[in-house]
Amino acid sequence: MSLITPDFGLLFWMTLIFGIVFFVLAKFGFPVITDMVRKRKERIDQSIADARAIEARMAALAEEQRQMLDEARKEQSAILKEASETKARILAEAKEQARAEADKILADARTQIAAEKESALRDVRKEVALLSVSIAEKILRKDLSVDEAQREYIDKMVDETTRAGIN
Amino acid sequence: MKWLRYIAVLFLSILPVPLSAEELDMDEYLYGHVLDSYEWHITTVNGHPVSIPLPVIVHSKTTGWHVFSSRHLEEGPYEGFYLVHDPETHKERIMEQTPDGDVRPLDISITKNVAGLMFNSLVLVLLILIGARWYKKHDAREEAPGGFAGLIEMLVSMVEDDIIKPCVGPDYKRYSPYLLTAFFFIFVNNLLGIVPFFPGGANITGNIAVTFAMAMFTFLAVNLFGNKHYYKDIFWPDVPMFLKVIPLMPLIEIIGMFTKPFSLMVRLFANILAGHMMILGVVAVVFLTAELGAAMNSGLTVIAVVFGVFMDILELLVAFLQAYIFTMLSSVFIGLSRQHPEEEKE
Repeated sequence: MSLITPDFGLLFWMTLIFGIVFFVLAKFGFPVITDMVRKRKERIDQSIADARAIEARMAALAEEQRQMLDEARKEQSAILKEASETKARILAEAKEQARAEADKILADARTQIAAEKESALRDVRKEVALLSVSIAEKILRKDLSVDEAQREYIDKMVDETTRAGIN
Repeated sequence: MKWLRYIAVLFLSILPVPLSAEELDMDEYLYGHVLDSYEWHITTVNGHPVSIPLPVIVHSKTTGWHVFSSRHLEEGPYEGFYLVHDPETHKERIMEQTPDGDVRPLDISITKNVAGLMFNSLVLVLLILIGARWYKKHDAREEAPGGFAGLIEMLVSMVEDDIIKPCVGPDYKRYSPYLLTAFFFIFVNNLLGIVPFFPGGANITGNIAVTFAMAMFTFLAVNLFGNKHYYKDIFWPDVPMFLKVIPLMPLIEIIGMFTKPFSLMVRLFANILAGHMMILGVVAVVFLTAELGAAMNSGLTVIAVVFGVFMDILELLVAFLQAYIFTMLSSVFIGLSRQHPEEEKE
């Protein structure tokens, strides 16, 4: 019963009180707190893991997007190049065609002009022959009975004229 | 202005003041404060003690149970029981007058320590349950508590993460409620023991019966749930055969089973008791030096107050530290009893 001998009464009460305190706290106190802390910890861990996964997925998406953009840009430049080529080609073709057309028109015109000229010349020659014949008729009617030399000259003239008419 | 006032107070204190030269009985003063008693002495006003009478519960072999107020014991024998004050141990105890001479009855009185224990336990239970109530109203997965619940959660998490988890090992969840209860029980009782006025100030964790009970609980927790490997290590350890034939090692191991909780018991008891004694001693300087004159007395009073503040702060540290050590060592002992042999091979 002195300082260092345990007193029975106090020991009894201590055991009882501690037992009750332990029962109450172990049932309604500490497990509530520790379980919740544990759950929150799990939740936080899970959230961090999720965030990491999302981050990775975002990075993959960004990479994919970048690639798509690159591809699109490449395609765009290819299309532009092709378009400019096509334009040049079409222009060249059109020019070529126009030139050919023009050449053809020119050639046609030339042949037509030549034909016109020919027929006009022929008409003129015929007219000249007829004119010369009528002129010659008029001259002959006047002087043909003169002499022999004149006769000869007339023959020569007619000859020449007919030759020219054949030509 | 402030300094002037201080100087005035200092001068006044040096003036010879007639003090009641009442001799302070140092032993009575010290033991009266650290030991248990049947009434709760709060203070003394004009020579009249102000105290709360507590119920005395005794069982006599001849007359059965007796429950009465401790106030009756002051006047002398009551229902055949009387109070003995042992001048050697400074301990009060109740004796019963019987025809065959005086015997000690079975005494489970609500003494000062029991009353203090009840009050402190109530405080502890309220603290933890108020802390735990927060979780019923909130989803702890979505938010963390602040304020009081946050403080309790921080302390609980600290004890569980820093002491219980690493010391007990994989089975810690099973022991966590006991170890947390032990920690907070000791911590709250230590802290309220430092509070110098009613209802604090009872020297509870500095009482050997309390620490004995605490150590006993740890002893049970260790030995009731010890696994095969633990008991094999005690009765058939891996030592040379001759140490087992003459059962030297098992003997040492069995003694070790008891010395571990014994050390827990003595460590907590001695630390808290010594702390109380130190503070009481420092405070006693004020009264002991009263005879030496006002100047000496006031000088030493200043020193005593400074030392008292220092000791109180030190005791705050000790209050936490002893709860921490008790819990940690209990965890280590439990951890040893739950060790798995495959872990040891590593």
